Amino acid sequence: MKEEIKNYLRLDERFPHILCPGCGIGTIANILIRTFNELNLDKNNICLVSGIGCSSRIPGYIDCDTFHTLHGRAIPCAIGVKLARPYLKVIIIGGDGDILAIGLSHFIHAARRNIDLTVIIVNNYNYGMTGGQVSPTTPKGKFTYTTPYGNLEEEFNIYEISKSAGAIFFARSTTYHVTHLKKVLKKALTKKGFSVVEILSQCPTLYGRLNRLGDAVKMLEEFKNRTIDISLIKEPGEIPSDKIIIGILLDREREEYCEKYERLRKAINEKRD
Amino acid sequence: MKKFLKEEPQIYFSNDNKKIIKVIKYFCKGCGICIHFCPKKVLDWDKDFKVFAKNPNDCIACYLCELMCPDFAIFVEKEK
Amino acid sequence: MRQLLSGNEATAIGAIKAGIRFFAGYPITPSTEIAEYMARELPKIGGVFIQMEDEIASINAVIGASASGMKAMTATSGPGFSLMQEGIGYACMAEIPCLIVNVQRGGPATGLPTKPSQSDVMQTRWGTHGDHPIVVFYPYNVLESFYLTVKAINTAYFLRVPVILLTDEIIAHMREAVELPEEVEIYQPKRKKKSPEEFLYYSEETIYDSEVAYFGEGYRIHISGLTHREDGFPTNKPEVIKRKLDRLKRKIEDNKEKLWDLEYQDIGAEVCLISYGISARTALEAKYIFEKEEKRALGYIRLKTIWPFPDKPLRALLKSAKKVIVVEMNQGQLINEIERAISPEIEIIGVQRYDGEIITPEEILAVI
Ligand SMILES: Cc1ncc(C[n+]2csc(CCOP(=O)(O)OP(=O)(O)O)c2C)c(N)n1
Ligand code: SF4
Ligand code: SF4
Ligand code: SF4
Repeated sequence: MKEEIKNYLRLDERFPHILCPGCGIGTIANILIRTFNELNLDKNNICLVSGIGCSSRIPGYIDCDTFHTLHGRAIPCAIGVKLARPYLKVIIIGGDGDILAIGLSHFIHAARRNIDLTVIIVNNYNYGMTGGQVSPTTPKGKFTYTTPYGNLEEEFNIYEISKSAGAIFFARSTTYHVTHLKKVLKKALTKKGFSVVEILSQCPTLYGRLNRLGDAVKMLEEFKNRTIDISLIKEPGEIPSDKIIIGILLDREREEYCEKYERLRKAINEKRD
Repeated sequence: MKKFLKEEPQIYFSNDNKKIIKVIKYFCKGCGICIHFCPKKVLDWDKDFKVFAKNPNDCIACYLCELMCPDFAIFVEKEK
Repeated sequence: MRQLLSGNEATAIGAIKAGIRFFAGYPITPSTEIAEYMARELPKIGGVFIQMEDEIASINAVIGASASGMKAMTATSGPGFSLMQEGIGYACMAEIPCLIVNVQRGGPATGLPTKPSQSDVMQTRWGTHGDHPIVVFYPYNVLESFYLTVKAINTAYFLRVPVILLTDEIIAHMREAVELPEEVEIYQPKRKKKSPEEFLYYSEETIYDSEVAYFGEGYRIHISGLTHREDGFPTNKPEVIKRKLDRLKRKIEDNKEKLWDLEYQDIGAEVCLISYGISARTALEAKYIFEKEEKRALGYIRLKTIWPFPDKPLRALLKSAKKVIVVEMNQGQLINEIERAISPEIEIIGVQRYDGEIITPEEILAVI
């Protein structure tokens, strides 16, 4: 194994990791580590925070400070970490259920506050850990064990939520587009403020099987064929409706919360002196 | 505390020794992602349904296999 | 300097003196004054106050800050306390010290926001799922709100557990003139932590009274709410699971004697009143009236430590009692615990009220 990869892994007897064969979450962990390496991040200054779910198992394998919190509560826990130690690079990783169902209110409020956090949402279109139930990102009509007749509900558009809640950065990528993914993760991790990266990821064991999408390879082929990079779109009207846009969809600046709080502290103390 | 596992990779060289493909068989779950997406069809399943380099000479060191592998099981090195 | 303070203010002041620098909370009557005090004072001393989107977020932010080395607390009341339960369980399992103040009001549900109650006594013990003991202190005046807050924070760090300070609407809102010390004693762990190479967050050698590493100190720790091994990673091994749960129990079992805190008077009397918090004030009043009128002593015991339940000291104190009267503002919660603790020979009567009004001395005198 390459030294730069080894450096960021807790390579103990828990390997090979618990994820299913071909699960995209492993690829995300792989690319995340490479992003750390390329950004030259000191592993002593990274805190990876997760909730509960298959996606939330990643931090346990990565050699930095790692915080495996309750289902849906990674973001408030991360806020506590960030406010107590603002110099840490605090990254949250979680599934679509963890962050957008049970944890949604924390997500939008953290975006509104613009706290310097990067949230990586692993969108595998269903609840993996609990065995393949419907999630807020399961497309309409799709099958899961709790939508055995097809999903009646509309899915969330994570980009729209992030944008209206106040995130300063949003990018979408997939586990097929590994170099693209690394590029957007790098960008997200260097932004100061609340940044979001949605990664479409294959869950071949459950979502793939229940919807007859084939194995991991077939699901990755679909990511390849169904996506279109935003930089290639000239006229917004020309995107076919069955295409998923990937790339950096939002990139703006807004004052960050910890910096504002620090300014407030200074101002109070100057007034008192 | 960091305890390292013994990796014991299978190592495949190209004839000119310029490309090296290492497979940690014990980590490989045989998902076939690297096999399918390798642009040069260098890789294949062995009898245990793990990966091996069938045609290491064809490898162009694009690193796609290494980047896409979900299990940290395959690494490619190129002599500079 | 003598100052006129409410119980909530005394709690907030005590918390800051004991080292609290992080407060996350969500407004709820009758606890809100604590949050407001913290919002004003914490930024002045390098601390952080943040009002979160709900109590679930609040307890989790507190856990995050505490795991990062900032002493952290929250304050709430019944409905918010219910929402925090999963987080409190996490703090127990992951061994993250913090202070949770629950200023009780009437329940269930939204209940009686502005009226006192003591109906969360059992919830503090059994509110979360899973097996684990808990530490709960309950003050009965403004000065004690200060001191028990300090004690609660020191205990949290000594044992590395969440500690609950239980109060009620009246204790929280009444004002008394008190003299507070400039400084308080802040607990320092006896054992220093090992080097990053050797350190184990959940080491079996260091169950309590030990320093730990925090996020951001280069120890690269793993903190988890899954049942875990010494290094924090999940386990399914029965013997490891049992050791972990025994560990949570031992923290409190081993230190019971230190945690127990009771106040008592005239223990030799045949009849003894037992109470806590606001009801203990009424009980004391009843004692004075009784003694003045009857010219004989009436025993009185007040619990400052509710959990771990002080069964042993109670048993010892009530050796010669014939009758015990338990005064509490609920349908009878701690009375069952007391009944279990003391000799079956002793007659036990409850004076209970749960209509939002405090118990009067007359109600107690009527049953003696
Ligand atoms: C409060 C609570 N409710 C429910 C669960 C059970 N649970 C565990 S993971 C999970 C959802 C996992 O789905 P997702 O967040 O999308 O992550 P994935 O496993 O797909 O990566 C649920 C419902 C829980 N652990 N805690
Ligand atoms: S259940 Fe799905 S998401 Fe979970 S590890 Fe397996 S493939 Fe991945
Ligand atoms: S991608 Fe990795 S795990 Fe999958 S077959 Fe290739 S080497 Fe094995
Ligand atoms: S580096 Fe590229 S060409 Fe070589 S084996 Fe991997 S995918 Fe194939």
